[in-house]
Amino acid sequence: MSEATVLDTIREQITQNPIILYMKGSPQAPQCGFSAQTVQVLISYGKRFAYVDVLSNPDIRSTLPSYANWPTFPQLYINGELVGGCDIITEMHEAGELGELIEQAAGDEG
Amino acid sequence: MTSRAQRIERALDAGLELAHLEVIDESSGHNVPKGAQSHFKVVLVSEAFSGVGRVARHQQINALLAGEFDSGMHALAIHPYTPDEWRARHGNAPMSPPCAGGGH
Repeated sequence: MSEATVLDTIREQITQNPIILYMKGSPQAPQCGFSAQTVQVLISYGKRFAYVDVLSNPDIRSTLPSYANWPTFPQLYINGELVGGCDIITEMHEAGELGELIEQAAGDEG
Repeated sequence: MTSRAQRIERALDAGLELAHLEVIDESSGHNVPKGAQSHFKVVLVSEAFSGVGRVARHQQINALLAGEFDSGMHALAIHPYTPDEWRARHGNAPMSPPCAGGGH
């Protein structure tokens, strides 16, 4: 796939899914401690979210870091915007700031 | 030989006015060969983060360490604070500024 096509795919994914997590592995079987911790936090809110396993999508794994100016995974996007990786998600969760964002995004979906 | 931790310390010290810096090699906690220098955590306090959002702080730090990512650093946990945020979290816990590696 050309890089332009991959970028189109990424843009489509983050605009069409109000909450989307790019991670290593799946929510059921995360393949990295940081992805595991992040997905646990997300699951705790009980809202629907999309995910992309970057290990089985190498094009996305190699292209997303430069698109997002973010070198590592996981990456959480809410309403098309990068919210952060494991450190930021955990910090916002502990500070009680993530819930509102997720409620709003999930609510928009109806 | 310079360790990756030392290089991280120097790059961050050169790029940011730091009041506190901890660079921790966490590689031993992961499934990597001994001495892999692959997984790191940085805790840093700088006035430069005032008024800067979470994502932008991480991007700033990642950019200073791009060379390390390019040369095999796998993971970097980042905990950036302003001096006020640090004090709100840790009270008057003393900050340790980077020594900038003078002579070692």
